[in-house]
Amino acid sequence: MSTLTATVETSPAAPARPAYRVTGRRVLASEWAKLWSLRSTWITLGLGLLFLVAFGLIAANHYTSGIGSPHRDRDFATATAVSLSLFGTNFAQLALGVLGVLVTAGEYSTGMIRSTLAAVPRRLPVLWSKAAVFGLVALVVGTIGAFVAFGFGSGIVSGTPAAMGMTHPGVVRSLLGAGLYLGLVGVIGTALGALLRSVAGGISVLVASLMLVPGLISLLPSSWQENIGPYLPSNAGESMFALTHDSTTLAPGAGLLVFLSWTVLALAGAAYRLVRRDV
Amino acid sequence: MIDAQQLTKRYGEKTAVDGLDFAVKPGTVTGFLGPNGAGKSTTMRMIVGLDAPTSGSVTVNGSRYARHQAPLQEVGALLEAKSIHPGRSAYSHLLALALTHGIPRRRVDEVVEMAGLGSVAKKRAGAFSLGMGQRLGIAAALLGDPQTVMLDEPVNGLDPEGVLWIRNLLKALADDGRTVFVSSHLMSEMALVADHLIIVGRGRLLADTTVGDLVREAGGDTVQVATQEPARLREALAAPGVEITGRAGSEELQVTGVSAREIGLKAAEHGIALFELTARTVSLEEAFMNLTRDAVEYHGSAAVETLETVGRTA
Repeated sequence: MSTLTATVETSPAAPARPAYRVTGRRVLASEWAKLWSLRSTWITLGLGLLFLVAFGLIAANHYTSGIGSPHRDRDFATATAVSLSLFGTNFAQLALGVLGVLVTAGEYSTGMIRSTLAAVPRRLPVLWSKAAVFGLVALVVGTIGAFVAFGFGSGIVSGTPAAMGMTHPGVVRSLLGAGLYLGLVGVIGTALGALLRSVAGGISVLVASLMLVPGLISLLPSSWQENIGPYLPSNAGESMFALTHDSTTLAPGAGLLVFLSWTVLALAGAAYRLVRRDV
Repeated sequence: MIDAQQLTKRYGEKTAVDGLDFAVKPGTVTGFLGPNGAGKSTTMRMIVGLDAPTSGSVTVNGSRYARHQAPLQEVGALLEAKSIHPGRSAYSHLLALALTHGIPRRRVDEVVEMAGLGSVAKKRAGAFSLGMGQRLGIAAALLGDPQTVMLDEPVNGLDPEGVLWIRNLLKALADDGRTVFVSSHLMSEMALVADHLIIVGRGRLLADTTVGDLVREAGGDTVQVATQEPARLREALAAPGVEITGRAGSEELQVTGVSAREIGLKAAEHGIALFELTARTVSLEEAFMNLTRDAVEYHGSAAVETLETVGRTA
């Protein structure tokens, strides 16, 4: 895409007027500035980080205090320091996904989109920039949160059957996978916001696809469940950061590939609507 | 320079803009007039590419808006007032737009000062009054130092000082050699700033004219006279270029082509008693009403009656 090659050109024809030019890098800079100039960004990112770390701590504490009690949760039977620490991913994905929706759909609900697209009438650079900027931010927040949660969580469960160190095989991969998953949830949020142009609609579809559909799929015949289940966004995403895998889940690499495909699909829909429809 | 050719926009069955042909030239203020719902805003949105025309085209300085390397430098547009995120400060809003084009911060400071927003630039734009929001929109429109400035209903919600500021700004921009295109549904406001008028009704072009021509075509300067002897007065006033109308048996005459002063002198000379002698300059407002009423009547719908009554009372 020609607009993504950043070159500054000085036109000799009009020396009196400065030669401004829209470039991909400048649209990125603009979206970066837009993201951080809203208070809701700081609040929601803070919440996402808090959810990720706090729920990890709560899960680890719950596990440790439940040891030796006869009524132990069956879920905890196979628990590891990783699975306990990353318990908060479910909640953090809500905060980051919703903020992703706000990044795009928020422009439609406020009318800002008219200013944005009048400045960048080619439109697509805006979508790519929003997805890249927010995806990167969500990735960084998610990765930091995952490592911090594991740092505390592994300390809490040390000396229990779930104990695990950073050097344990697969741990770093799982933590990075969790960060990447949250980054991609952020991108899906921005795509859904741009596709549906409505904050409420975007959040509904996001929550439905990440949290409700897996529950509904259990109503299907079991042979269907086995064939479809692993490829659902939430399950594919989960296998990106799960430490252990069995026959009903995808391998981490395959999970990443499937989740990436969902992300690309959402972005493609958003791009189509952005280019084709009036604002 | 804005150039529309057979510009058309349909929403399903409804045609919002219907084959508009017009050109907006640099160096003057061009008013874009029409009743509410005439298609003005839709036309302006098509100019900056927010809406795609169903057919026809519109270009800005020779090419489509989206094709320009620096769109904000070609056209600065104020569309609906609230094209902002209410949570962002005025300064951050302008800076975000400036960053897309590589416009320096210095220029952001300049337009903030120009729009009189210096004291509130760091406050959340959502807390702005309608007038402040309008000033912010205008600051954004001027950000790229554009060759063409396009404002949709810019005086909406402004206090008298703000209205005066807009008028002076528009004139200054035009004197600078820029293309200035301003929409309004208020003829009285346009009469004060616009040199050229593009008038639309129901999406169609009704007139592409100057302010002076519009008044002249609408009947020019008429003098209303009432006298006991209309027939004698008609004879006394008869001259080339003078037109006299009046119903038979009525004491009232409408005279054009001669001033009220001359009519009075002529009547005194002939010893004709006058009961009334009123110079009636057809206002732009009336000319505009006549024009748009005709357009609506032509289409013949329920809207005709209401518009006619409005036209008569004006």
